[in-house]
Amino acid sequence: MGGYVAKRIGQALLVIWLAYTLVFLAVQALPNDPVTIFLNSDSAADPATIAQMKEYYGYDQPLVIQYFTQLLGLLRGDLGYSLSSGSDVTTRIGEVVGSTLVLAGSAFAAAVVLALALTAAATLARGAKLRSALLNLPPLMVSIPVFWLGLVLLQLLAVQLGVMSLFPDDSFMSLAVPIFVLAVHLSAPIAQVLIKSVQEVNAQPFIDVLRAKGASESWIFYRHTLKNAAPAALSIAGITIGTLLAGSVITETVFARAGLGQLILQSVTVQDIPLVQGLVLLTAVVFTAVNLVVDLVHPQLDPRIITARAGSPRALSA
Amino acid sequence: MSIVADRVDAETAAAQAPADSDGERRAPALLRWAARWWVLVPLAILLAWALAPALFTGQDPITGVPADKFSAPSGAHLFGTDHLGRDVFTRVVYGTRQTLLTAGLACLVGSVVGTLLGLLAGIAGRFADTAAMRFVDIILAVPGFLIALILVTATQPGPLSLGLGVGIASIAAFARLVRTEVLRVRSRDFVQAALMSGGGYFTVLRRHILPHVIGPVLSLIAVDLGAAILAISGLGFLGFGSPPPTPEWGLLISEGRQYLSVAWWLTTLPGLVIVAAVMLTAALGRGVNKAFRF
Repeated sequence: MGGYVAKRIGQALLVIWLAYTLVFLAVQALPNDPVTIFLNSDSAADPATIAQMKEYYGYDQPLVIQYFTQLLGLLRGDLGYSLSSGSDVTTRIGEVVGSTLVLAGSAFAAAVVLALALTAAATLARGAKLRSALLNLPPLMVSIPVFWLGLVLLQLLAVQLGVMSLFPDDSFMSLAVPIFVLAVHLSAPIAQVLIKSVQEVNAQPFIDVLRAKGASESWIFYRHTLKNAAPAALSIAGITIGTLLAGSVITETVFARAGLGQLILQSVTVQDIPLVQGLVLLTAVVFTAVNLVVDLVHPQLDPRIITARAGSPRALSA
Repeated sequence: MSIVADRVDAETAAAQAPADSDGERRAPALLRWAARWWVLVPLAILLAWALAPALFTGQDPITGVPADKFSAPSGAHLFGTDHLGRDVFTRVVYGTRQTLLTAGLACLVGSVVGTLLGLLAGIAGRFADTAAMRFVDIILAVPGFLIALILVTATQPGPLSLGLGVGIASIAAFARLVRTEVLRVRSRDFVQAALMSGGGYFTVLRRHILPHVIGPVLSLIAVDLGAAILAISGLGFLGFGSPPPTPEWGLLISEGRQYLSVAWWLTTLPGLVIVAAVMLTAALGRGVNKAFRF
């Protein structure tokens, strides 16, 4: 177990370092340096200003020095300076991250509950017609664009019924509706994996034995099937980070909320490359950390993973 | 993001397939064929919208009739008209080309590079496998949405950088799928038999392994096209696609957003077309998956 943990942590660090290197190389491969791109985004800038700013932010240093300075900064949690505001990238992210965490965190919790409810309903509902209708719900939810669902709900609730305002205030609805929109989007993949996993577990002989012994369907589902099916759903938790991020950006735009999404949009619009770079690295770190936690928790839920698969569960399940 | 979800969806369908085929066996062959491939008809209509939009609507997508502005959906204007009196249905039809071209580019990049990478990982030995899979891990660690945004930041917003960005993000799904399939098929008895009876490395690869990989890849291409349409319309909605006068599905909805309180049809109806297109490609993916199962 100790060796497994060490190996997984090492792999996670490797992925983060490689992601940093790749982003660094990608920035170098651009036709111009970040300062020139930033200053030229409106009109051609004065070469003296460009040179001065390049010196100030350290973009005139040799590449190797830039690479290691930025890497050292990253280790200390310093992501460099945002070109559009002159303040730290970390400060700018820190200002808005709270609002996004509230939205994304609640949406994730709501999505898990929604996915569980959908799976339970699709497995236990009486009548084959109803069950197959419920089974078709997750594929439909995957196909609905987040921004469209948000706009339709805004139209319905704010314009037609007048129960919420078009712009964010501190009311319950103006937080609940964005959370719902994001949760619907997020719960679809979780529900799909969970339903598939439940079907696989239900095909196993021990379920027949339980049924033969007289256990009720809901007892089997909650006490036996779900317990065996949950680890599969856990394994896509990491993937939902990406969905959550993209979903937050769009949800925040639709509902005019401040947050990480708005910051990403601004930084892209004004071509503030250090800020974008910082945001990408932050996401990569969060993604890798979540996956690491999933990989470490997985064996606790399903001990077969370590004994049967000798080491990396990912290598075989991939 | 939803690429993964759709792939799971395709797999779910595959798991349910045995139950379905019992019912299908009793139906006549033609009905069975129709039940599986009916999705091709609406998809063909979408393709026709992209290729020859003028056949489906007599109105102009760029210049409108100001007198007709904000008229609700009716026989003359199926999806109503916008703030300049432009027919929204016409703009959706004309927008199909832009959306499908960008999504097609993304799909092409993702499937070709991803398949090559997956093949490399599956057949070229342990070192290549590790290297390719670490690369895939990195792509997975940065959400596809951000990859697209980086490209848009570094270059200029537009269909080309958008398609490339979304395509790069979908490389990972293809690489993983192809690698898994190759590893699965490689260990089967018939491949061992082919190698034992003197088949060369590349002959066995071409005649025995690749045919088994094609089905899942084609299925994923269909599903990925839907995911790309979704991602691209989302980015188009945020304003990173083509500039405003061009009709594009995401941009159409973004424009309609300003008139949410006066004209519901500007956002609702084009959105339904996106939902329909994505669901159709997912259904096509399921159909292809079933058809190629051995």
